Amino acid sequence: MADLDELRTTFFEECEDLLDRLGSGLRELAGGAGAGPDDTVHAVFRAVHSIKGGAGAFGLDDLVGFAHLFETVLDGLRAGRTAMSPALAEDLLRAGDMLDDLVQASRDGAPPPAESLARAVAGLERHADGDGDDPLDDFVFEPVALQLDAPDTAPDTGAADPAIWTIDLAPAAAMYMNGNEPAALIAALAGLGPLQVAARTQGVVPLAGFDIDDPQLAWRITLAGDADRAAIDHLFDFVEGLARITVTRGAPDMAPQADPTGSAPPAAPAADEPAAAPPRPAAQPAPAAAPATVRVNLDRVDRLANLVGELVITESVLSQSLAAAGLASNGEIAGGLDRMRHLAGEIQESVMAIRAQPLRPVFQRMERVLREAAQATGKSARLVTTGADTEVDKTVIERLVDPLTHMIRNAVDHGLEDAATRRAAGKPEEGTITLTAAHRSGRVVIEIGDDGGGINRARVRGIAEDKGLVSPDAVLAPSEIDAILFMPGFSSKAEVSAVSGRGVGLDVVQREIQALGGRVGIASSEGAGSAFTISLPLTLAVLDGMVIEFCGQTMVLPLASVVETMGRADTTIRTTGTGGRMLATPGGLVPMIDLADRFGLRPPDTAGDPGVLVVIEGDDGSLVAVTADRILDQRQVVIKSVEDHCGAVPGISAATILGDGRIALILDPEALLHAAGAGPVAFAGGIA
Amino acid sequence: MSASILVVDDSASVRAAVRIALTGAGYRIAEATDGADGIARAGGEHFDLVITDLNMPVMDGLAMIEAMRAIPAHAGMPIVFLTTESDDGMKARARAAGATGWLTKPFDPDQLVKVARKVLGR
Repeated sequence: MADLDELRTTFFEECEDLLDRLGSGLRELAGGAGAGPDDTVHAVFRAVHSIKGGAGAFGLDDLVGFAHLFETVLDGLRAGRTAMSPALAEDLLRAGDMLDDLVQASRDGAPPPAESLARAVAGLERHADGDGDDPLDDFVFEPVALQLDAPDTAPDTGAADPAIWTIDLAPAAAMYMNGNEPAALIAALAGLGPLQVAARTQGVVPLAGFDIDDPQLAWRITLAGDADRAAIDHLFDFVEGLARITVTRGAPDMAPQADPTGSAPPAAPAADEPAAAPPRPAAQPAPAAAPATVRVNLDRVDRLANLVGELVITESVLSQSLAAAGLASNGEIAGGLDRMRHLAGEIQESVMAIRAQPLRPVFQRMERVLREAAQATGKSARLVTTGADTEVDKTVIERLVDPLTHMIRNAVDHGLEDAATRRAAGKPEEGTITLTAAHRSGRVVIEIGDDGGGINRARVRGIAEDKGLVSPDAVLAPSEIDAILFMPGFSSKAEVSAVSGRGVGLDVVQREIQALGGRVGIASSEGAGSAFTISLPLTLAVLDGMVIEFCGQTMVLPLASVVETMGRADTTIRTTGTGGRMLATPGGLVPMIDLADRFGLRPPDTAGDPGVLVVIEGDDGSLVAVTADRILDQRQVVIKSVEDHCGAVPGISAATILGDGRIALILDPEALLHAAGAGPVAFAGGIA
Repeated sequence: MSASILVVDDSASVRAAVRIALTGAGYRIAEATDGADGIARAGGEHFDLVITDLNMPVMDGLAMIEAMRAIPAHAGMPIVFLTTESDDGMKARARAAGATGWLTKPFDPDQLVKVARKVLGR
């Protein structure tokens, strides 16, 4: 049933948020062990409780069982029956990780990881104070169906399984026109027993077509307690025939919008927080800081982003045809076009902003990765993050998790020395891994640093020679040795440990990052540690570009990497002994690349004088000057992948459609820089 | 602030009975003697609920309900009518005119308060 699938998806999306909240809450608790600020305990408790509630609705018994135990321990903490301690903090953190795993397993339909589950359960059971209701021993491998709607830890009132009514209320327009107010009815229902109310908004139409008199809202009300049917029916007598009302006995077969954290109207007490339970405070209000959000399917945003891209292109086409028709000088037309361009740009930025998300959740996940890696290696390490609020396109964020996970593990496992070595080197026993993110010239740069021993270049070289990756007599600069780490085949199961291993080498990391349009760099200093740098585009959809032309070809250079442009007349060009040409600048000589030559559009010996030179800069600050006949334009271009259609083309990162409808290839500056250093190898074959 | 209720009935004793029952429950009460008077009162002051008789001189309850529903300011205001006949024909006519609910005379104070709570939610 499609509806149910959608609800499942929504549930797991909610779980992600809740797990994030849980994670940061638990870390806060663990950090201030002993203090245990009430708000944090409550927030953590609510997150676990919400996950349990949703899981119960979908019959995810393992998840429910574990969440229930977790909740029991947290309840002891929030009621003051259990005191915070470092041991408890550790068990809670592990339980948080476990809950995360169980959610993932439930989502994937995978069996729960039995061993770690048993460990996490044992950890929690140490702190379960027995003041809760259930015997906690028998659920893990023999899940007990829990009565979610009954109070969890409230004193047993002896009333077994109170009656539940599920009431669906879908008012027709006439109900509103006759002055019947759903909120009033729901409030009146609350007089019959504790309620949970979920608004069903599926029928609500977009604002443009919204009819205030017929909003198409509906509600599902779950009424606990033993209200009799006649009393319920009596409440609805005025709206009989004016609304679709169904009253059924029993809990809803699924509780789609049941959100125990607070979708119920204020008049309706939540069913899960009975006021009669003395040790529990009244229902907590949702955190005030949570901004109002709407969940939107990413496909829709992508569609919008695509359409905006088309709009930008159409605007360019229009503006060029008007110019061609000699109308561009008309003040009104030019003004209108300007406004349109401006608006299109703003829409584009807004769409990008929808997709942009802070890196924080990824960074938070890395805390766990670090914790586990440290545990597995027996090392002591802490993670210091900066710039977690840096925003990146959602797609980029999602695909960053795996590479970052690997690099953090790698940093703990290979980067940090063991405690004895660190002591001997005069370093604190606890290693520090830094995770930093920042925006830099239109890109996001993420750095993973460690204060370990640095790359052991002799050893790297030795392994590389053993594997035949480099010849024993090759002369390699330190940075070239570092680069060996990224070579396919360097890492193998033989010397990769259980932690960072899993048979994945840094070459895979590099490939993953490159697939995102990013690059990985490395810097290392013997004895002081290493730092890996990932540089990523902010978005995968648009680019500020400089449109250049040479030999009749139109291409685009990313503006972010353009440092300077100069006419041929203003330059001094030197020829080197090997026939290469260099551009003389005040800062020194800059290698030149003749694009026409590189792309095989003209034989090298016929190289004519370039009309213009464009100096571009790489991530590491190296420069290269590329030649072109002329610069046509500077504009925002919509990136269209060529890899999907033509496979990877060396030197070309993507393509775009220009204002006049022509297709232009987007040059990859980093590949050009590489080519300037490494010769024409990268471009072998040229382009067809 | 407590909800304010307009009682429209030509019988002073009925108005008094309604007033006593509802003020006892914490509501504020205003009174009008017929449909036209009711519309005039409602035009000058906001009411959360109107309770009206159907059989009244000058302008009867049905006409008043219809007229009030035609005034945008009163479009969503709950209007409950009092009726001696418990027949469905009258209920249907009043509903068609836009009434929110009804109360059958004679009523006891508790019933009246319950109806007010049901349509007001407080």
